Amino acid sequence: MSQVVLMGTALIDGLFVFMLAGFIGFEVIKRISPLLHTPLMSITNALDAIAVVGAIVLVGRNESPLAHVLGILAVIAATSNIVGGFLITDRMLKMFKSSRPTKS
Amino acid sequence: MTTFAGSQAFIGIIYLIASALFILALKWMNAPPTARRGILSGEIGMVLAIGGTLLQLGVDGKLEHISIDYTWIFIALGIGTAIGVPLGLVQMTAVPQRTALSHAFGAFCVTLVGTSEFYLGTPHIPAFKMAVLCCEVILGGLTVTGSLMAAGKLQEVLPQRPITFKGQNFVNLTMLAVAIVLAVYLVHDPGATHLYPVMVGIALMFGVMLVIPIGGADMPTVISLLNSYAGLSAAAMGFVLNNKLLIIAGALDGSSGLILSVIMSKAMNRSFTNVLFGAFGQVAAAAAGGQEARPVKSASPEEAAGILAAASRVVVVPGYGMAVAQAQHKVRELYDALTKRGIDVRFAIHPVAGRMPGHMNVLLAEADVPYDRLMEMDDINGDFPQVDVSLIIGANDVTNPAAKTDKASPIYGMPVLDVERSHTVMVIKRSMNPGFAGIDNPLYYMDQTLMLFGDAKVFVSNIVKELAH
Repeated sequence: MSQVVLMGTALIDGLFVFMLAGFIGFEVIKRISPLLHTPLMSITNALDAIAVVGAIVLVGRNESPLAHVLGILAVIAATSNIVGGFLITDRMLKMFKSSRPTKS
Repeated sequence: MTTFAGSQAFIGIIYLIASALFILALKWMNAPPTARRGILSGEIGMVLAIGGTLLQLGVDGKLEHISIDYTWIFIALGIGTAIGVPLGLVQMTAVPQRTALSHAFGAFCVTLVGTSEFYLGTPHIPAFKMAVLCCEVILGGLTVTGSLMAAGKLQEVLPQRPITFKGQNFVNLTMLAVAIVLAVYLVHDPGATHLYPVMVGIALMFGVMLVIPIGGADMPTVISLLNSYAGLSAAAMGFVLNNKLLIIAGALDGSSGLILSVIMSKAMNRSFTNVLFGAFGQVAAAAAGGQEARPVKSASPEEAAGILAAASRVVVVPGYGMAVAQAQHKVRELYDALTKRGIDVRFAIHPVAGRMPGHMNVLLAEADVPYDRLMEMDDINGDFPQVDVSLIIGANDVTNPAAKTDKASPIYGMPVLDVERSHTVMVIKRSMNPGFAGIDNPLYYMDQTLMLFGDAKVFVSNIVKELAH
């Protein structure tokens, strides 16, 4: 019984985090210039691939052959998103130049 | 036990820092001068999170006396990197399909992890965990196949025309309903292992069916929507694993995709349901036709160059056609040639020009057009009466004045660029064939409009040659 209560609390905590992160996401992303919507999509894609941590745990703990194999495939897919996503976002952003002298 | 709790606190703090860095990454993305700092912040967060996870795995392994398989973790990380690097180095014109593909990869990872969790846990999975797990794999599954379909259409290995059949919406909704019923049953009885693959299979099929009827012009909305689904499935995975960093990253990605889809569908004056269930192209094709024989005025590169040289304010309106013809570098040469003559040249970017949000901006930035010359629709629309020449390159629907006047037009109500208010309009187009959506554009028959027939790249470079004389 206490286990169910405990997991229920974890779910509620999770929902709080989800709600707050959703609002922060809305406020932060609303302010992003349409100029950068393509790089925005590629960087959120890379950040989203943080799911790799779940896959890493699956591979590492090796609790069943199925979980092991699926975990390996999942790590491969997520890692390619992380590497490719950051790489292409960086390439895109390097291209955006102003005609005015840079005021850094 | 205390050391175990200690390791939990350690990874918790690492994930907390990573979450903050992820939010900062998006905050710094808001404008070009700080955007690259955003990438660095995201990268540090990612390295911390992965490093922390690897460390914690080792500590937990010692405490629980299980051996941790680091070999395969690093092999997989290595293979992933080897695949990721070429995906990060694709041509800028291939960015829409690359993005769709990466949505598929992200959702693939989430679906596989969800499936593993199911088979590891069954039949003792608490109801709420099973419920979020079902959300995770249904959203993940449909995003995998939907994104692959979208990537295939964008890469043109699949037909770009919408494929529709009678009762399509009924079939799709039934599939979704069956998947949800199976999910509800699995929540009730997580031991029903024979039903799980059926549910995932239906989700995968649903993804295919969802994207089949969608045409190229709707791709910006669909890519954004799939982006949102990929994020939400990752957030659901965070609930399953009780990992708050994942919930935060998923929520950020989900809200980002949602905002972009709202912007895109507003820019087309259409609702989500209309994009997903509307099969745009078909209605449009029916509305066109029967208007073939109206006269248009055309001009040669020499004449076009002469008109441009005499102008003092020029606005270039790029569209997907510019990307297809790979004309962005020639357009930059034109920009340079005109700017050198003291002509004010700006670019009017419609939110849905191209195949994904911000597509045109990236292509023009690639060609070294300064980004402060790229104007959003709302900022430039009022200026068109003062514009001498609007040069439209490979754009069609986003300049169609019928969207403002013709209630029968399939795109009626869509916000468009007011190019017809400028003194002269020049349209580079291959032929008078109606564009992809098949909607006739009255702009082409107006008095101030000159049609420049030919390949965008060739035509623009001919104009540049003339201007050099």
